[in-house]
Amino acid sequence: MNDGSRIVVVGASAAGLTAVETLRREGFTGRIAVVGDEPRLPYDRPPLSKQVLRGTWEPGRVALRGDDVIAGLDAEWLLGNAAIDADIGARRITLSDGRVLGYDGLVIATGVTPRRLPHGHELAGVHTLRTLDDALALRKGLLAAKSVVVIGAGFLGAEAAAVARQLGRDVTLVDPLPAPMVRQFGAQVGELVARLHTGNGVRVRCATGVTALTSDAGQVSGVNLDDGAHVAAELVLVAIGSTPNVGWLEGSGLSLGNGVECDALCQAAPGVVAAGDVASWLYPGVGRLRVEHRMNATEQGTAAARNLLGNGIPFAPVSYYWTDQFDVKIQTYGVAGQDADFRVVAGDPANGRFAAVYGMDGRTTAALTWNMPKEARTLRRLVVERASWRHALSQVSA
Amino acid sequence: MKVLLDQTKCVSSGQCVLAAPAVFDQRDEDGIAVLLVANPDAELHEEVREAARICPALAIAVQEP
Repeated sequence: MNDGSRIVVVGASAAGLTAVETLRREGFTGRIAVVGDEPRLPYDRPPLSKQVLRGTWEPGRVALRGDDVIAGLDAEWLLGNAAIDADIGARRITLSDGRVLGYDGLVIATGVTPRRLPHGHELAGVHTLRTLDDALALRKGLLAAKSVVVIGAGFLGAEAAAVARQLGRDVTLVDPLPAPMVRQFGAQVGELVARLHTGNGVRVRCATGVTALTSDAGQVSGVNLDDGAHVAAELVLVAIGSTPNVGWLEGSGLSLGNGVECDALCQAAPGVVAAGDVASWLYPGVGRLRVEHRMNATEQGTAAARNLLGNGIPFAPVSYYWTDQFDVKIQTYGVAGQDADFRVVAGDPANGRFAAVYGMDGRTTAALTWNMPKEARTLRRLVVERASWRHALSQVSA
Repeated sequence: MKVLLDQTKCVSSGQCVLAAPAVFDQRDEDGIAVLLVANPDAELHEEVREAARICPALAIAVQEP
């Protein structure tokens, strides 16, 4: 890429913004255009299901950068304008307003869209949560509703259920898996999350599927569960995961699976990189991975932009992610899958503070802390080094 | 260089301490970041910029003359 080049960044959220900042920091002086389907400048999403939903933050506080920083990037911001088509061979994309943008380099950071139930989203009172507008609508709905059902007990559902309860609502959390967040944290921590919610007055209905939403005159009235029960609700939040926004790339020639398929350098084609929630890249020594966490958007946005400029460094982060629910902060490094071995190495779950490690095939794969933030950083080293399970366990209360 | 830390935004991730251990630490009780040096020496500036860039809570601002 040289001074006469143009790089187009599709996606104006954390990964796209970080890519733009990285390009400028690394000395790219050519033109940059940023395309975003939302009409807003980049904003931060983790607070949407926490501070914004609770009302402890003014919505404006989620802005990722001030106007002066945005202006200093010297980029053209094409907001409220989605990319609808791409021709990778001809190096151009088409926007929803009909504009066609040619590029020398392309950064794909289009994120994800909440998955929906097959039926019921046309009803008043049924919500999903991804954007700031979604969060503001959900908060308004929560303030007006007495009873709430949250479908899906992953990060988003569990956090939103906690906030709804803190706002004094009658809350039921439903998930087909045996415990909340079991896919992310495994059975032991899942059970603790279930107890945390139950102890705070949330009705936790795990190992239970939803068969239908019920309604009255176009307004949702509750959910039918697969055990025959009906739970009344004036508001239903559907938080059953997300799908990568790759529809605009169909027929472009890029390989699309669970996201934009890239190599270890985050390259999807010559001159094309992907970053953030939408990118499915080859993690060296691990295999194909797509990570929907906030830190990954920053780290991959940086790595992809550098590689677009020719750096050639494989992207191999140690993922960091966290969740806040009631008075608990859970922090994790690495991949704490449900099939891993699990051992508490400091503190005690019974006392509401502990640190644990996860292992696979004799190696440490993840570390998790529950209200022990400093220990997360200490245990991170074991994950970075993929320390032997024996060594990790010998670090008990070290 | 002047470093500004907004503890009300901090999410206790500790990423700043990993990036710039001479400039940031975390409180024992809740992991909230604390600023050890508000005007770090020049050799620490790049670490501090990195800390500000990676902070997942955008809690660190760097003012450069």
